[in-house]
Amino acid sequence: MTPLFQILAAQDVAPEVIDRIPSGYSHFVIPFAVGITFMLCWLLVGCVRLLAAIPRHDRLTFFKSLFIPKTIVRNLKDLFGDCLLHLKIWRRKPLLGYMHSAIAFGWFMIIVLGHIEVALFVPKRLSVTNGGLFYPIFYRYFVWMNPGHTTLRGSFFFFLMDFFLLYILSGIALAVFKRFRSIVLGMRHTTKPSLADRVALYSLWLIFPLRLLAESFTADLSGGSFLTVGVNRFWHLLFGDKLWFTPCWWAYSISLGLFFVAMPFSRYMHILTEVLWILLRNAGIKPNHPRKGVAEAEIYACSSCGLCLDACPMNVQKKNLKYSSVYFIRFLRRHNEKKISAIADKCLMCDKCHALCPVGVDAPALRRAQRATENNSLPFDYSCISAVDTGLAATGVWAPDASRPVRVNGRPDALPPDPSPQESLPDASRPVLYFAGCMTRLTPRIIKAVESVFEAAGVDYVFADREGGMCCGRPLMLAGRNDAAAKLIEANKKMIEESGCSTLVLSCPICYKIFKEEYRLEGIKVTHYTQYFNELIASGRLKVEKTDRKLVYHDPCELGRGCGVYFEPRAALGKAGTLVKASMEYDESICCGGSLGSLTLDVKDRAKIAEASLKSLTAGSPDTIVTACPLCLKTFSEAVANSGSPMNGVAVKDFAEVLRG
Amino acid sequence: MVDFGFGLVPSSRINLDLFDREKYDKLTAIEPDARICISCGSCTAVCTAGQFAHTSLREALDDILNANPDKALESLRSCQLCGKCAMVCPRGINTRHLILSIIKVYSGE
Repeated sequence: MTPLFQILAAQDVAPEVIDRIPSGYSHFVIPFAVGITFMLCWLLVGCVRLLAAIPRHDRLTFFKSLFIPKTIVRNLKDLFGDCLLHLKIWRRKPLLGYMHSAIAFGWFMIIVLGHIEVALFVPKRLSVTNGGLFYPIFYRYFVWMNPGHTTLRGSFFFFLMDFFLLYILSGIALAVFKRFRSIVLGMRHTTKPSLADRVALYSLWLIFPLRLLAESFTADLSGGSFLTVGVNRFWHLLFGDKLWFTPCWWAYSISLGLFFVAMPFSRYMHILTEVLWILLRNAGIKPNHPRKGVAEAEIYACSSCGLCLDACPMNVQKKNLKYSSVYFIRFLRRHNEKKISAIADKCLMCDKCHALCPVGVDAPALRRAQRATENNSLPFDYSCISAVDTGLAATGVWAPDASRPVRVNGRPDALPPDPSPQESLPDASRPVLYFAGCMTRLTPRIIKAVESVFEAAGVDYVFADREGGMCCGRPLMLAGRNDAAAKLIEANKKMIEESGCSTLVLSCPICYKIFKEEYRLEGIKVTHYTQYFNELIASGRLKVEKTDRKLVYHDPCELGRGCGVYFEPRAALGKAGTLVKASMEYDESICCGGSLGSLTLDVKDRAKIAEASLKSLTAGSPDTIVTACPLCLKTFSEAVANSGSPMNGVAVKDFAEVLRG
Repeated sequence: MVDFGFGLVPSSRINLDLFDREKYDKLTAIEPDARICISCGSCTAVCTAGQFAHTSLREALDDILNANPDKALESLRSCQLCGKCAMVCPRGINTRHLILSIIKVYSGE
């Protein structure tokens, strides 16, 4: 059987396309050829160096992941969705999404279609020795359409090429407009471009208008569709019969060459490097250094699009713009040690920039890695913990029992607390362990409400740190002290495993995140109290009275973006009152400003963030702000108390308090 | 010298000549909040690590001013950076950064 393409090819007796320039070369291609060769060499060397810097087992995981069908599907989906179509931006800001996808997808299609055209009409030119590097790009210059022999197939490609060129040009027009009025496209702040960025940016803007110019000048020779032929007629009207087109092709080639030479030093390297980052990301490889290996792929994948600028809660004040993730990554790329360290310490670690990043660059993880380079080696001494844990872990709880003297500030002679009746019972049969955590201990109202919910639902529970416990280790990790955190994790893990519980309930999202991700508690279900209480309500064990209160729920950073818990708290609160919307919710929620993540942000700046967050929450004029984090509760309570009269009517309550009426 | 049986308790003796101005300036440069502490002791009262071992930011700051940085480091070595002290500080001191900075500046070399 004859293949279809041969039948189609055989139908033409006279050739459709004639080599106008038999050598397939003209001097104007030199700038482009030099530029792209330089860029590709740079990219190749960079990729090899990067892969060599990754630890061996990670490299193996990476190569293996390229052959796992599930990962292949995910890679393809992400490469098309994130790199070309920019679906993530489309969903949030359609006009901006259109702009990005027009340039990325349009350009991709023009390159692909150009190669298909060459493959169909002059296939010998595809080989590298025959000009394959530049021929498909400047195809229209080298060929002559045999008049009267243009087939439907040829016209189809003419149309597609013109269509995608117009698509790109509309995107470029939006991009130019965005330089002057970015707010129309939904961006309040945009990134300040560096010098190399500017060179690449202006040549990028020129590439496509020049392509239109060049192709329209030759459209009567090499064919075209609605756009190029139309413009071609206009040139004929203007300049007469003979068009002198070589300068246009020179200009087009020079703009391409300039762009490719500037590319490795500008943000536009992301066009190619983000492919590598997406493959590494989907292989599940995490950076362990702020600059080397995987981190480098992340740094070069950042397109400096500036979406993290508006996302960052610190940027309610313009002076804090310089601490945004986009600039952090830029300084990492430039090895500007002093600025890197200052920026890394400022961040609240709310993870919003990561959640909203079009290619998922995990800047907070890089900041943590940067902090670790400075703080991980600082001395610490947790010998006191191992000294006490044996006695306490045996009872399944941290609370010292009556027979053991309590250690207050190192003096073992202080008063022992009254042993509560609950703790004196045998614990092994208890199925539920409640761990309040340090922060909750400073907001006793949460503990009171949680205990009252447990009692109302008839849950048999043990309060692990009623008499005080250790920190979960998450604050240490946020400060980059991973080794110290490991000690606390080890001690806490021992305590929990020896308690024999089946479920661990946490009322602090900070604890919840680390218990879930780092503790690896075999056979123990780790849940946040919002999830657990929602389950209790769903199973009918907990009765909640529906009132006519208007509630607004604040997504704590560590619970929402950190652990993906968005729906359980809302489902439960929906049973206790009417939920109203905040202007920013789910992964767009604004940090309360009290986050432990930041090391150096001062009180005044934090207050401004709390103010912005409250403004978003009170958009639907609720009478109660509900949160599920002790830090948020405290920050908001203070912010509401300190704010002006309109805010005074709003109550700030904890999730458990609302369930109890 | 004749011993009259009187004397200062050695541990309470403060020799301000030993005060390291250079290091203190370095500390206040990276964390200016070191200067605004009023030694109220709220941080120490709520300290998580304080349940297990002697831990006190208030004492650490006093010890630094009293030219006893080793004792200051000892008061902070069990710190778990949980941040409760920052939540209760009436002066709004960035306690976690202050603690890290003290350890960084005084445990160097």
